[in-house]
Amino acid sequence: MDLSMRWLGDYIDVSDMPIKEFCSGLTISGSKVERWETEGEEISKVVVGKILSVVPHENSDHLVVCKVDVGHASPDVLQIVTGASNVHEGDFVPVAMDGSTLPGGVKIKKGKLRGVESNGMLCSLGELGLTTHDFPYAIADGIFIMQQEDGCVPFELGQDIREAISFDDTSVEFEITSNRPDCMSVIGLARETHATFDRPYTVKEPTYKGIDGDINSMLKVTIHNKELCPRYIAGVVKNVKIGMSPRWMRERLRASGVRPINNFVDITNYVMLEYGHPMHAFDIRYIDGAEINIRNAKDGEKITTLDGVERTLTEKMLVIADANKPVAVAGVMGGEYSGIMDDTVDVVFEAACFDGASVRTTAKALGMRTDASARFEKGLDPQNAYPALMRAFELVEMLGCGEVVNTIIDADYSDKTPKGVEFDPEWINNFLGTDIPEDVMKGCLERLDFKVENGMAYAPSVRIDIERKCDIAEEVARIYGYNNIPKTIIRGVADARLTEKQKFERKIANAMTALGAYEITTYSFISPKYFDKIRLPESSLLRKPVVITNPLGEDTSVMRTTLLPSMCEVMARNYNNRNAAVCLFELGSEYIPNGGELPDEPVRLSVGMYGGDADFYSVKGIVDSMLKNIGVEDFEYTACTDSGVFAEADAFHPGRCAVITKDGKAIGILGELHPETMENYGIGVKAYAAKINVTELLDMANEVKTYKPLPKFPATTRDLAIVCDENLPAGELEKAIRKSVGNILESVTLFDVYQGKQIAEGKKSVAYAISMRSHEGTLTDEQADAAVKRVLKELANLGAELRA
Amino acid sequence: MMKEQLEKIKELAESELEKCGAADALEALRVKYLGKKGELTAILKQMGGLSAEERPVVGQLANSVRQTIEEKLSARAAELKSELAAKKLKEETLDVTLPAKSRTVGKLHPLTVTLNEVKEIFLGMGFEVVEGPEVEYDYYNFEALNIPPDHPARDTQDTFYITDNVLLRTQTSSVQARVMEKKKPPIRVISPGRVYRSDAVDATHSPLFHQVEGLVVDKSITMADLNGTLELMMKRIYGEDCKIRLRPHHFPFTEPSAEVDMMCFNCHGEGCPMCKNEGWIEILGAGMVHPHVLEMCGIDPEVYSGFAFGIGLERITMGRYQISDMRLLYENDMRFLGQF
Repeated sequence: MDLSMRWLGDYIDVSDMPIKEFCSGLTISGSKVERWETEGEEISKVVVGKILSVVPHENSDHLVVCKVDVGHASPDVLQIVTGASNVHEGDFVPVAMDGSTLPGGVKIKKGKLRGVESNGMLCSLGELGLTTHDFPYAIADGIFIMQQEDGCVPFELGQDIREAISFDDTSVEFEITSNRPDCMSVIGLARETHATFDRPYTVKEPTYKGIDGDINSMLKVTIHNKELCPRYIAGVVKNVKIGMSPRWMRERLRASGVRPINNFVDITNYVMLEYGHPMHAFDIRYIDGAEINIRNAKDGEKITTLDGVERTLTEKMLVIADANKPVAVAGVMGGEYSGIMDDTVDVVFEAACFDGASVRTTAKALGMRTDASARFEKGLDPQNAYPALMRAFELVEMLGCGEVVNTIIDADYSDKTPKGVEFDPEWINNFLGTDIPEDVMKGCLERLDFKVENGMAYAPSVRIDIERKCDIAEEVARIYGYNNIPKTIIRGVADARLTEKQKFERKIANAMTALGAYEITTYSFISPKYFDKIRLPESSLLRKPVVITNPLGEDTSVMRTTLLPSMCEVMARNYNNRNAAVCLFELGSEYIPNGGELPDEPVRLSVGMYGGDADFYSVKGIVDSMLKNIGVEDFEYTACTDSGVFAEADAFHPGRCAVITKDGKAIGILGELHPETMENYGIGVKAYAAKINVTELLDMANEVKTYKPLPKFPATTRDLAIVCDENLPAGELEKAIRKSVGNILESVTLFDVYQGKQIAEGKKSVAYAISMRSHEGTLTDEQADAAVKRVLKELANLGAELRA
Repeated sequence: MMKEQLEKIKELAESELEKCGAADALEALRVKYLGKKGELTAILKQMGGLSAEERPVVGQLANSVRQTIEEKLSARAAELKSELAAKKLKEETLDVTLPAKSRTVGKLHPLTVTLNEVKEIFLGMGFEVVEGPEVEYDYYNFEALNIPPDHPARDTQDTFYITDNVLLRTQTSSVQARVMEKKKPPIRVISPGRVYRSDAVDATHSPLFHQVEGLVVDKSITMADLNGTLELMMKRIYGEDCKIRLRPHHFPFTEPSAEVDMMCFNCHGEGCPMCKNEGWIEILGAGMVHPHVLEMCGIDPEVYSGFAFGIGLERITMGRYQISDMRLLYENDMRFLGQF
């Protein structure tokens, strides 16, 4: 809502108040000011001048030389050269003098044009930042020849142009919340100004003389759907004279951000801005059968709206129809032929009230949100329709542009009882935590035009938002001042702590950072194409994500079923940004459909690294240390080549990928990315990744830690070099060693893997240091040797033997 | 005679020890004077030729000479050791300005850093941290919050829909009704998480961002409590100098509703480009829980009252680190992540 301060002045005088104070006062009382602007602010040293003579330029066919009298602005008559052909002796024109400025920072200096001195510039409307809508009698491509208009002060030579054409109003832009359509009006904001600053304001009841006539003989109005149209008032204006509106009206519309069109359209807009109630004007010639039906459209019924677009209606939409066809979409837009035209003779004014939700749905379905629909959809006051119509009549007579028939149709309107809300000062103070005296509360409410009597508060009918006692509390609070409410701290003790899940996730994040990884945060929605990029098999369940029906774009159209593509994306971006090495992790949700309405949202950890010392074993090291750190033990790594084992397996190098299992359950995957995956993302170095199912891990992690006594007796170590088939995973050997050494085992450390000349073809040598210790006493050589024997026997089952 | 010899040995030894500059030379002196074939031993061997009166006197003297030499020896040894150590330390001097051998500690994302702080603050005030689904029923995101279908407030939150009934939550307020359905007052929770709005990406908008919702419901909770809690929170996040103001606003699920502004840290309320000349920066929305919202969750608004607030995590994070472009938070460039 753009408010003209001059217009506001009709209702309340704040002319002595600095604009900044006005704006901050209203902002604090709830009508937030976004910005304010004074018209013509950028214009300086542009004055009213009179053309004394026009003579051709001696060196040019298209230039003329003017002598201009700028009165007291200059002691001399100015000589100005112009290229415009519409200037004549005696014309009043805007003169930009030497050293003047125009909108857009344009500076005008005196100079010579083809050898002839020019002491400034004659301005067009455009150069002043105006259009022919503001001055319909002027032309767009020529000098603005100013006309003396009725009711305006005569031009004075040398007068500042902004003053001369009243191009100096201040326009204040308000952000009005959806519950306050009443504030989308000059009167509404005047009321708020009154309440905020406690200055007098007056709203005069509109009056008109009218001519005799029975409207019922001219028009019939029937409301077929009372629910969607609680009120419909129609009035008739005869013998209208369509023309331009007076300057003061055009100025106010302009300052309110509305284009002046013609007097009748302008009157409806003016009333809408002033009273907050949209109106419509029909040419009675185009209302077949002289009847107005407010009814639901028929399915498939068509209307061509004012904007020239043919629209197909549904039976949910409310229309204003004549005997045969819709002439307007109720509360949204009029039909093409129903509007006011230059040859219109008789006009029907409509001041109605339509159901907000219905208008909103209709406007949305038809894709045309208008000023009117934006107001109706918030729910307007049916009572306000009447004064709005009266004001329109008053303006018609004021503008002398038609004869108002002094009877109206107010189709079966009855509901006028003001609804009261309990006014309980004690409850309000308890609710706000304040100690505001009752009379102060009453004062706040009365300044907002509430009536307070017998323990009840009655809001003015335009206040559609007042329903309960907390609404009354808010009114009191905002006028009393939110910031005058004390600040207290909630009492009572509360037992608050993080949940196990939250602690677990925090632990993982801490472990990951301790291991040198940087946390990333990525979008939860991805492109379905990303499934191809990470080589998910066509049959993969992950390819059936939660789909957004109205996404911003394909790239963000499905909820991710895997964190992996986001991680690859971030690695690729870092690679492109020439970051030589990264080690990253993300702790985030995946969205996995489960057959129900809402998907599961399990938490996953993804890890990604490239560059530096990144290799398979370093990503494994990070995952391994992290798992141990968070209390997950006894998990195993097995080579993973099948997406049946882990859904994202195909994203990885088939020979360099491990699945992590615990208690027979796959809990994660890690490895080198498949060359094709890296190519798909444009990562030019080997990259490694991992994904861990965090939610599932929570139950597997051992939270309880028990102290084990430090060893009293020395450990005994035996180094074994074992020769086995080259394809036998070392993990198998280690498992066999652990199993056969038994409870005296302290650690098994692999320290060498060798293949080469010394070893038979197809074999490898793997060397382990086995550390053993007993808590009962120092291990004897015999005990250690016996353990080694057991190991060798067990290894023999795997076809492994001691290296010769 | 022997007395003189002993005195002479003592003097000689003392002067030699004084001059001795190395550990092996010192050992040679020890052998020379105190060794089995040493000079002192040689003298003692001649003791047999002394008279009974002389013997104890000379013996005593000899012992004292031995003791003196031993003491001097060990003192000198200590001196030499420390000289040597000092010399070694000097040789070992490093250029301490050479670069460190780096050990990488990873870092949490700036949003996580901020969120962790917010959580700490509220845990300290007795708030539990609760979570809710991001893919949510229309009911919890809108209807339970007093926003029925076709309510104009839906326009201000452009929503991503999954089905007619399911959407991506547009606000963490969706967790409010879920909490109140499950838990009866007293309720004191915060609920952080991701929210989604159909805004095109630019420096200050993202279709996905983070909020932290707060909800308190109990007997005699007042708007003054809301005021106090918000001020405390903002001071904890931004420091003691932080000033806030409440401005009446409208949210369908709170009444009274407020937007909370923080005094611009750049111009201190004077107005500057950073705060779009307003002197204040809008930072969060809050209000007293609407009685209808309580009713829908089966809580009697005549007995209980409450307040709620929602903070944008991006806004706080960008403010405190002076990050001017929201996109940086989601690009995850290492050079960015490394700064926090």
